[in-house]
Amino acid sequence: MELPVEIPGLLNYWIVIVLMMAGFYVVISQGNLVKKMVGLSVFQVAVFVLYITMSKIDGGAAPILDDAIKQYSNPLPHVLILTAIVVGVATTALGLALIVRIRDAYGTIEEDEIIELERNDD
Amino acid sequence: MSVSLSAHLPAIQVVLPLISAPLCVLFRRNGASWLIALIVSWLSLGISILLLEQVIANGPISYLLGSWAAPWGIEYKVDMLSAFVMLIVTSVGSISMIFAPNSVNSEIPGDRIYLFYTMYLLTFAGLLGITITGDAFNLFVFLEISSLSSYVLISLGAERNALTAAFRYLILGTVGATFYIIGVGLMYQMTGTLNMTDLAMRLPAVAETRTILVALGFVTVGIGLKLGLFPVHVWLPNAYAYAPSVVTAFLAATATKVAVYTLLRIYFTVFGTKIFAALPIDEFLLILSLIAIVSMSAVAIFQNNVKRLLAYSSVAQVGYMIIGISMVSVTGLTATILHLFNHAMIKGALFLVLAAVFFRIKSVKIEHMAGLGKVMPYSMAAFVLAGFSLIGVPLTVGFVSKWYLILGALEKGWWPVAGLVLISSLLAVIYFWKVIEAIYFKTRPQDAAIIHEVPITMLVPMWLLVGANIYFGINTELSVGAASAAAKMLIGGAP
Repeated sequence: MELPVEIPGLLNYWIVIVLMMAGFYVVISQGNLVKKMVGLSVFQVAVFVLYITMSKIDGGAAPILDDAIKQYSNPLPHVLILTAIVVGVATTALGLALIVRIRDAYGTIEEDEIIELERNDD
Repeated sequence: MSVSLSAHLPAIQVVLPLISAPLCVLFRRNGASWLIALIVSWLSLGISILLLEQVIANGPISYLLGSWAAPWGIEYKVDMLSAFVMLIVTSVGSISMIFAPNSVNSEIPGDRIYLFYTMYLLTFAGLLGITITGDAFNLFVFLEISSLSSYVLISLGAERNALTAAFRYLILGTVGATFYIIGVGLMYQMTGTLNMTDLAMRLPAVAETRTILVALGFVTVGIGLKLGLFPVHVWLPNAYAYAPSVVTAFLAATATKVAVYTLLRIYFTVFGTKIFAALPIDEFLLILSLIAIVSMSAVAIFQNNVKRLLAYSSVAQVGYMIIGISMVSVTGLTATILHLFNHAMIKGALFLVLAAVFFRIKSVKIEHMAGLGKVMPYSMAAFVLAGFSLIGVPLTVGFVSKWYLILGALEKGWWPVAGLVLISSLLAVIYFWKVIEAIYFKTRPQDAAIIHEVPITMLVPMWLLVGANIYFGINTELSVGAASAAAKMLIGGAP
């Protein structure tokens, strides 16, 4: 497919860096536990994009044994990322399940309010 | 049959706990789940011993999963270091499973106990997988298996703080694991391989590039988060303090040890010692761990909850292990690997005693432990002996590892480091004395409930660990022999 404008070769990596830092910043700065999980997911997805980007080559096809296919992208990182996606889903599910239990126990999912309640516990 | 079975031991070691975990969920019976966990732990201990014997007799074992040749398929690799760490994990697991039923039944609601054993088995499988795998990405998968299940184990704690402790650990643990795969990804980008032996051969050619140095940084921070390296240890004290008592004993004795193992593996097997010339990460680790051993021991003095006190002490003890790594010498690494083993025995014993205390008085606060020396004499004697070992009194294992650490420091001419190790040990005397004072020199309040010594099924496991503390403190042949063989192998380059 011919694109109307040329995309600079490192664009994907810049996207990775922006996504990674945005996600990481949300994890650190947000007090709401659900928002923290969102940030964590964005952070993980940035790594998925990093892996997929490094395996893609210009004009590379899927790695199928066929005479017509001369050049193909490396399939291994894709497979690795499938595994990492499963891990990411499990992490998100567990994190959200914990948030549900935290809400039951504390009545809030705001970190500063939880810290306040914990201080009163001791 | 026996020949083919023994050839498949590396795979069985991981697969056995992994498939028994869902079995527990299928049975949904608490007793049956405990029995499965107990049997699997002891079988794994047997396999660890067999593997260690095989390694001592025939050298490193390479096992190709599904018979796919090494750099392409996943390789399991058992050498001196991984066999030794597996022995630590499985022996602590087996001992804490004898101890578990009483403690677990009193701390975890009845309808969740089988889930506790399921999660224990998954953590166990994950930890064993990390030690046995020879593939950098496979290591990540096992890291997450063990981490995810240990978040669940921690959240099973009785107080609501357990939930927030587990959540904080989840956030930081996931960030750590993600940092690790960023590092592995960058290494893959430069070398095109994930097999550790293969990486070790291809990395030197590109070792000076910025990509590889960034990868090293990411991997260090990522694993640092998992092992409770100062200053990214913040999840650890609460996680240890609020987890169910048996979980604390098991995780404190195994999880951070396996993370230190990972660091050793990545630094010395994959990168090799030359990388420290390109990026002075050893000095960076040295400074952090020196701060850790002094400041965390000092913080421990001011703790009122003994579980949290020992958790801070664990961060300081991890500091000792990292100091050994930062020496990049055979003596330093021997000290690190020895301390892996010794600290597992020490903290395993101490946390099991605290589990026994909690079983009887439902608290591990210092003021509530007053006068326990009279009513629980055997448990408290175990606590004192394990505590001596923590401080590093001669004839205990704690002394042996500190001896090698100071020896390593003097070898390098690092007098201040040796001094700081001694200061940190003195601080350990202070925080440990606080507990001893309450136990033996204060009387139990008049209105306190009448309690007795804990049952024999709890005493035997804790005394087994205390016995190990003394035995390996006197007869150092096995532990020092294995540790120095592993250290020589690591410094010598690729296994």
